Amino acid sequence: MLRRALQPGLSRGVLGRGLGTHRGRSTLDQNGKVSEIKKKIQSVLPRGAWNPLRDTSYLPPEHSDVVIVGGGVIGLSVAYWLKRLEKPQGAIRVLVVERDHTYSQASTALSVGGIRQQFSVPENIQLSLFSVEFLRNINEYLAVVDDPPLDIQFNPSGYLLLASEKGAAVMESNVKVQRQEGAKVCLMSPEQLRNKFPWINTEGVALASYGMEHEGWFDPWCLLQGLRRKVQSMGVLFCHGEVTRFVSSSSHTETTSGEEVTLRRIHEVHVKMDRSLEYQPVECALVINAAGAWSGQIAELAGVGKGPPGTLQGTQLPVELRKRYVYLWHCPQGPGLETPFVIDASGAYFRREGLGNNYLGGCSPTEEEEPDPGNLEVDHDFFQDKVWPPLAQRVPAFETLKVRSAWAGYYDYNTFDQNGVVGPHPLVVNMYFATGFSGHGLQQAPAVGRAVAEMVLDGHFRTINLSPFLFNRFYLGEKVQEHNII
Amino acid sequence: MAHPANQRKKPDCGRWESGGREWALPGKRVWPLHLVTPVWNRGTRGTRGLSRAVAPEGSQKKGRSLLQFLADRFYDVQALREYLLRKQVLKVHQKNRPFTYIRERFGPHAAGAYFILKQGGAVKFQGKEWIRSDARGHFSLDFLKFQAVPVEAVDASGCAINYQGLDSVCEWAETAGLFICPSVVGSRKDHSASPPPPTVALKELQSLWLQRCPHVDDWCLGRLHPLANSLQELSLAGCPRISERGLASLHHLQNLRRLDISDLPAVSNPGLTRILVEEMLPSCQVLGADWAQGLPSGPEEQSRDTASPLPA
Repeated sequence: MLRRALQPGLSRGVLGRGLGTHRGRSTLDQNGKVSEIKKKIQSVLPRGAWNPLRDTSYLPPEHSDVVIVGGGVIGLSVAYWLKRLEKPQGAIRVLVVERDHTYSQASTALSVGGIRQQFSVPENIQLSLFSVEFLRNINEYLAVVDDPPLDIQFNPSGYLLLASEKGAAVMESNVKVQRQEGAKVCLMSPEQLRNKFPWINTEGVALASYGMEHEGWFDPWCLLQGLRRKVQSMGVLFCHGEVTRFVSSSSHTETTSGEEVTLRRIHEVHVKMDRSLEYQPVECALVINAAGAWSGQIAELAGVGKGPPGTLQGTQLPVELRKRYVYLWHCPQGPGLETPFVIDASGAYFRREGLGNNYLGGCSPTEEEEPDPGNLEVDHDFFQDKVWPPLAQRVPAFETLKVRSAWAGYYDYNTFDQNGVVGPHPLVVNMYFATGFSGHGLQQAPAVGRAVAEMVLDGHFRTINLSPFLFNRFYLGEKVQEHNII
Repeated sequence: MAHPANQRKKPDCGRWESGGREWALPGKRVWPLHLVTPVWNRGTRGTRGLSRAVAPEGSQKKGRSLLQFLADRFYDVQALREYLLRKQVLKVHQKNRPFTYIRERFGPHAAGAYFILKQGGAVKFQGKEWIRSDARGHFSLDFLKFQAVPVEAVDASGCAINYQGLDSVCEWAETAGLFICPSVVGSRKDHSASPPPPTVALKELQSLWLQRCPHVDDWCLGRLHPLANSLQELSLAGCPRISERGLASLHHLQNLRRLDISDLPAVSNPGLTRILVEEMLPSCQVLGADWAQGLPSGPEEQSRDTASPLPA
């Protein structure tokens, strides 16, 4: 039947009546029907894309080795390093699930974009140093053939941290640690500060630490797009959807000390499509939680923290949304081109933006004043009351300024010790975390991605040892407190 | 100190092309003074500006070549193209490798000089003449005998020096303080009355020319801060990758007396940048774009405009 249909000579006989009865009709009609049937047949044959029911190209695949929940800079960095370090090439199928492809609420896109090595925890300094090296050679790491090179617009202006009498000793010890790790930081007295930056009012400043190199700010959107482009060229699959459910199985075992332990393993991830009730169950081997400010919700879905409080089963992931404001103002007599990223002892910060005497800045609110993270509305009174006074006191030129615009973004705030959570969960054995960086995730993203990829592929950290950042510390109570948090 | 402008080498187009193929405008073999701003820097600005990945005009004009067509369809061709791209990058890295053996054997000054001469630049030791490699890349190795004579001036114009290379040069300059003997210090014209003790790291480099270097970018400028004590002259004219953001990190160099920032195509607002750099380095003479260029002409023009408000 099919063969007769394909033979052109007989097609008319099969599809319609003989020539005699169709004298007046044009032959185009017959040929149109022939080509339709041909197309249908070709789609059934092995190489055609035939789906008898409907088109499913927008759904994620049914099987994937690794599912990364969250397509921000951390998630994409993990995907990049997984693809780069896997042996052999092309062995692992990686799926990145991102709820919002416009990144309208993502912390990456709304970030101020600073990168510094002035931390107190040595691991943070090492992460930042590698990330700087990554950004410096970004066009070697993220090169895609035939695509133009990336320009992340890095400003190598450095960070200037000011400390009052109380914090001077802590600052000195921090600088010692930073120098040991290889950061180029120098300490300045108030007099040296006045000589270098005459626009600073050094009243109340006992000591300042200034990063001479490898510190500054850059364009996070460009890094995100560069990673996205590269990761797509390496074969990572993207899905525009939301993770709503994990299907997992439990097994009970005994530890060496005789305690009963319930281990869970995630088998399927249900990805719900945007603006629809449709979902696709994706069978996976590993899940990486890089959902940023919403990681806590994803962890709850996976069963992290479901148990009596005080036990390992009952330890929740202490990452929650915190809203932070950033204001852009214009000050015609403000500091010039050499302005670094200044962080005052009071916690207020600002940096230069462009060449037109515009400045970006803000301040982290205290615990009592935390704004409601339900939306991203900006509170302008916060600027008047909490940001402007300390900055105007520190830089007298800022007494006359005009706020041009403002926006708000989320921190994936780790309420335990304000440092990231990296590595697998002890009980949900195939869920890995890469979240909770509390405002310094962007500057550590390339290094964290590499660390998670090493953990996934080798089972241990190879280059930078992030064992202090594992999930266990929440249960054991071992805080890795970072002092220099903005 | 004699300015070696008349002794400067003719540009070697081959070297720039091979070193900077990804960056050079297609079809251009000569390096003109007024370079066209790369298209990827002309995009919209702002904190949430579009990604800088805008294709340069050249590749759009060329259209899809056969290789590109094949690379989209065959993994082997794609792997080959990625390998070729990688090889270009490795070529520049190879040129900037550090010469650790020479440094250990002959000292940091000799190692720095050898590195610059190998790249095709020129070096001037204190009290000696300029040493330059000839058209074939050969140069005399006499300077290896000067153990403790510091390097006074470096002309790396047109060389494929990148961050790694500059890093080693500055590192040698930093550690060179340990090799200087006090008698040489006494011959410097502008030192203080009593020679400083030998434990202070003296960085002797006074002039650095980085004109038309295709791989010197903002990161490299951030690396120059150890030379702050001695550097008096710096020339960055014609470097395609330097922008105003890198120029902001020059404020460490407080001893700078002459700075040349003309013809920087990646600087968005050359006139304004020159004014800001002049404000940042008050005792430095800055050679740059003419900032009066973009301004409206004087009061005569304005009165004429008010006389005839309607357009002609």
